[in-house]
Amino acid sequence: MLRRSIILALALLVLVGAASYGAEEIKIGLITSTTGDTATFGISVRNAALLWEKQVNARGGILGRQVKIYVEDDKGMPSDAANAALKLINQTKVPVIIGAVTSNCTLAAAPIAQANKVPILTPTSTNVTVTQIGKYVFRSCFLDPLQGQVMARFAVSTLKASTAAMLYDVSSDYSMGLAESFKKQFEALGGKVVASETYSRGESDFSAQLTKIKRVDPDVLWLPDYYNTVGLITRQARQLGIKKATFIGVDGWDSSDLVPLAGDSIEGGYFSNHYSAESTRPMAVAFIKAYTDAYKATPDALAALAYDGCLVVEDAIRRAGKVDSEAITSALATTKNVEAVSGVLTLDADRNPIKDAVVLQVKGGKFVYVTSVSP
Amino acid sequence: MLLGFDMSQILQQLVNGLALGSVYALIALGYTMVYGIVRLINFAHGDVFMLGAYYGFFAITRLHIPFILAMPIAMGLAALTGVIIERLAYRPLRQAPRIAALITAIGVSLLIQNLGLKLFESRPRPYPQIMRTIVWDVGGVVFSNTQIVMLGVALLLMVLISLFVYKTKTGKALRAVAFDRDAARLMGIDSDRIILITFALGSALAAAGGVLVGFYYNRITPTMGTMYGLKAFVAAVVGGIGIVPGAMLGGVIMGIAEVFVVAFVSSTLKDAIAFAVLIVVLLVKPAGLLGRAVREKV
Repeated sequence: MLRRSIILALALLVLVGAASYGAEEIKIGLITSTTGDTATFGISVRNAALLWEKQVNARGGILGRQVKIYVEDDKGMPSDAANAALKLINQTKVPVIIGAVTSNCTLAAAPIAQANKVPILTPTSTNVTVTQIGKYVFRSCFLDPLQGQVMARFAVSTLKASTAAMLYDVSSDYSMGLAESFKKQFEALGGKVVASETYSRGESDFSAQLTKIKRVDPDVLWLPDYYNTVGLITRQARQLGIKKATFIGVDGWDSSDLVPLAGDSIEGGYFSNHYSAESTRPMAVAFIKAYTDAYKATPDALAALAYDGCLVVEDAIRRAGKVDSEAITSALATTKNVEAVSGVLTLDADRNPIKDAVVLQVKGGKFVYVTSVSP
Repeated sequence: MLLGFDMSQILQQLVNGLALGSVYALIALGYTMVYGIVRLINFAHGDVFMLGAYYGFFAITRLHIPFILAMPIAMGLAALTGVIIERLAYRPLRQAPRIAALITAIGVSLLIQNLGLKLFESRPRPYPQIMRTIVWDVGGVVFSNTQIVMLGVALLLMVLISLFVYKTKTGKALRAVAFDRDAARLMGIDSDRIILITFALGSALAAAGGVLVGFYYNRITPTMGTMYGLKAFVAAVVGGIGIVPGAMLGGVIMGIAEVFVVAFVSSTLKDAIAFAVLIVVLLVKPAGLLGRAVREKV
């Protein structure tokens, strides 16, 4: 009796082992910030990626294999992002990584992927230099200069602004890059940047800089930073009596925490973004419904972008025909016309996508679609 | 015009600096009082400040207590926290070498901060908006009602604490213990009780600072205590550690120095200026601005 049950157990084990071997899952690494300063971004990214995982597995997986996403939290810190990349490559042994969320983190993680010849695709990092790291580094969202150009154009032609002030973070590549491209385009279009003030990461008092900006009384105030700082700045700006200036900014504003942080001060401000939740693309409508059903929240742009990043990777693995870092890299490089939530995606020779930006306005505490702008 | 900046600009920056400095002053008071009485730099003080901000935050958002009551509640809870810290972490080490207590203080600081990260989440929390901001423009210098509330509360607390220290019997006992603990004990003063009161008061002031920072800047994080704590500590040393008016003076100097360096030099020097001021003061007047050089008792 005992022997028979042992044999049965062994047979079962072999069966289970064989079954799991036959359908060995495709491992995909995901570096995101589920805690820390940019947690709301990272959580959206994780949620969207896990939604895609569920959907793709329900469709029968990729190449007949199930997909499993390994999530690593980088806390929004570059050093943790680098460690996460190392862990995913050496320990989890993933053939492809999606991430990181912020440019600062991707700039730390991507060189490690490049050195290990593992393709990494960031769905959300907009800094120019990210994909310059090497041929294993891809992205599926537009770049910083585009946002600076789009908002400069919008400020001049729609808001009829002739003077602008900038307040940006000198310790952030993201913020600096955006300030630069905005200034260039705004002045090329005949505007004048009358004040350019700076701060460093983590500061909470901007009264000194804003007092100087108030003196020059600009038409628009360019705030290229993330929501948790922008909310403080706009509030203090209004407290210091900056009344005329319209606040304009970038995709970093897109967070449900922006309005609670900024209060009424942010009302009427504009920012560029990757997508609008009011989009009518069939792909977007389906995604928004699935996401809302799963998480009881409207997906923000980060969620849409992360989902798009997953779709690009899925497309690449399918075209590669095998789960191998080199094959996936070559397939990613030839990504063409992938139907995604934020638009149709094609990667150029520099591994960056070509796509439109939208401009949203904060109205009654909500983000309302205003217009789409082509680069 | 002075160096291309007009007077209203300078006055405005002065107002900005005062607002920031009043918070440093509130936190610095706790450092200085504790140092004065037990010769301990209580590094956990900045984290008590952070806890105070969160106590206020939860009182307002979860228990729906109005701001005017949330502040005393946060102060009370922080005072209790300070007392617990003193009782559990510092009192057992009263006779130990000072370095042991100092290291313990750093440990307590890390403990609170990481507990904060665990319990409150590391994401920045938006403080509830308590009042609509109203702005007044007086000859080009702008004041807002939030600034006035912040300055007013800070001033009121500083006046109260000064009255307590210099005009009450317990305050007298506190100064006696600070002057010579053994002699005070011989005079029948319960020095352990006085030390507990000092921790309670210092912590309550820090909590008030925390709630004000949340109220004014509208963003709190579990790690906010480190930088504010450090700056306030520098303020206390600049003013003369152990001296109550010195902490207030140091705090205001710190706030104004920071705002001015950002306004007229460069924002990247903001954190550096605090320490530059510290170094200069220590070189010129080692006992702090209001400190008197005391010869070491042999």
